Amino acid sequence: MKYVPPGLPGSIVSVEPRYENFIGGKWLAPTHGKYRVDLAPATAGPITEVADSTPEDVELALDAAHAAKDAWGEASTTERAKVLNAIADAIEKNQDMLAVAESWENGKPVRETLAADIPLMVDHFRYFAAAARAEENRSTEIEKDLVAYHFREPLGVVGQIIPFNFPLLMAAWKLAPALAAGNCSVIKPASPTPWSILKLMETIEDVLPHGVINVVTGPGAEIGKALAANPRIAKVSFTGETVTGRLIMQYAAQNLIPSTVELGGKSPNIFFNDVMAHDDEFLDKAIEGLVLYAFNKGEVCTCPSRALIQADIYDEFMARCLARIASIRQGNPLDTDTQVGPQVSAQQIEKIASYVDIGRNEGAEVLIGGQRARVDGAEFADGYYYQPTVLKGDNKMRVFQEEIFGPVLAVTTFTDDADALAIANDTLYGLGAGVWTRDGTRAYKMGRGIKAGRVWTNCYHQYPAGAAFGGYKISGIGRENHLMMLDHYSQTKNLLVSYSTKPLGLF
Amino acid sequence: MSEPIGPARIIATPAAREAIRLLRAAGGGPVMFVQSGGCCAGSTPMCFPVGEFLIGDIDILLGEIDGCPFYIDKRLDQAWHQDQFLLDVALGEPEDFSLPAGESLHFVTRSPSCVSPDAPGENALTPPE
Repeated sequence: MKYVPPGLPGSIVSVEPRYENFIGGKWLAPTHGKYRVDLAPATAGPITEVADSTPEDVELALDAAHAAKDAWGEASTTERAKVLNAIADAIEKNQDMLAVAESWENGKPVRETLAADIPLMVDHFRYFAAAARAEENRSTEIEKDLVAYHFREPLGVVGQIIPFNFPLLMAAWKLAPALAAGNCSVIKPASPTPWSILKLMETIEDVLPHGVINVVTGPGAEIGKALAANPRIAKVSFTGETVTGRLIMQYAAQNLIPSTVELGGKSPNIFFNDVMAHDDEFLDKAIEGLVLYAFNKGEVCTCPSRALIQADIYDEFMARCLARIASIRQGNPLDTDTQVGPQVSAQQIEKIASYVDIGRNEGAEVLIGGQRARVDGAEFADGYYYQPTVLKGDNKMRVFQEEIFGPVLAVTTFTDDADALAIANDTLYGLGAGVWTRDGTRAYKMGRGIKAGRVWTNCYHQYPAGAAFGGYKISGIGRENHLMMLDHYSQTKNLLVSYSTKPLGLF
Repeated sequence: MSEPIGPARIIATPAAREAIRLLRAAGGGPVMFVQSGGCCAGSTPMCFPVGEFLIGDIDILLGEIDGCPFYIDKRLDQAWHQDQFLLDVALGEPEDFSLPAGESLHFVTRSPSCVSPDAPGENALTPPE
């Protein structure tokens, strides 16, 4: 099935000529009246215009969030959960519309947004609605007449900066726990993907108390600092590259507020020889597990972009994987048969092409792909399509060390468990990893040995709300998902209460 | 932070130098570059007003382009083992917090050995002054 692109006659997604910021429950024009064009990566043509905001607009959003924060923070968890569930219901009711909007703006295939991005958003809001209600404060009887009560209190207003690769799902990851814990948010979408979150706000504005979520679009250089360094935020969270991650922490340090930064990875995906012990459903799953490097066209911080394959199965296993990669269907992201869409922007495809050149110059062998893709349809002639690519080489090569953020897999071999672990950990990053084996003991030991925050074991690219996600090493600090996020978005209030009438006797 | 040793490790194209000149004129002072890694816009150099980004002992000064310093995290530098970086500009807005390299342009770093001889004229090399 092919969905009609947003804005065209017959599309399930309506498009206004321009979008304003969503502040205090209203659509507010940017103070300076400037807008910028938002492009569809499949055609390089315009979708709409969005606000090209300035620091004044960030201040307006913070005003609205601060005006809302007391009422929202004091609302019972039952009331807050009701709002989160209403958000989830509204998203679910508009699932296809949001899936198409997200695909068209980001380029990701609609089969992924229908099956993953949007249903996961719904689940995240429901998970945190439930978590907030089920959460209990703790008290301790320190002495017979001395009790320590611990209460979670909201931080207040948080600043959240989201990436372009999962514009809606990353918004849900950040918003759901922040709201569940009683905070209001000012959120800035990424410059290449500002629009789908505005469609989300259209979808949920009727169920959302004014000022609880405020969206400001615009360039990071202009409004990123205005938000992240603002003394009126109580926490900042960011997903992106390492230098802006450090800058975010620098601003947070200056304001003495907490920060969460998720900064990417170069995740190893390890295939032991026993995966080929039988030609069965599990082997099929493992082959798909390798090909998942092309999921979301490789624009995933946990992209399994380094495949480590045990040497004695390399030829046979890789042949099966290459056959699967060769059959990948690239094209219109709104066609449910399409498996890989265009990269998000001209910048990204240029970077991917330059990394493949670097790989070639370093002596990596191109097993498949290695150039821009031409896909069917004249309207996609200028789209940012890159062929799913596999480079064979050595882990010391730069294409094994740096995040390419495209459908480019670097593959190498290992001899035994110790070798696999050494190669897996020979990286600056530590966000994700995959281990594929039929041997449970080996899987456990590898999983514990890999220095990464998430080790998928006999699976990959699953993101349930109840599993903690975050990085080791330079992949970042802090976690997302899991009810522990209520902690990360709360202050701890301790009341230390004496029920004794006796003085201490010191004075 | 350490001082650069040996031949310049950062060079720039005329287009990058022109972008720097315009940024200096618009901002009233020099800018700084910090090579990024990781997610999303990772691998591109981030450009800030000079002094905006706090340089630490982990950072290496690769050199200066027209009075604008260019830094890289020592760990990235070791992992990339790239002798020389070429600062250039490319089409598209910058991502994250970086200043643009002009209207709808962003800064990029390339490996001089990878620059195609038939690339646009902006890829002609110019050593820093």
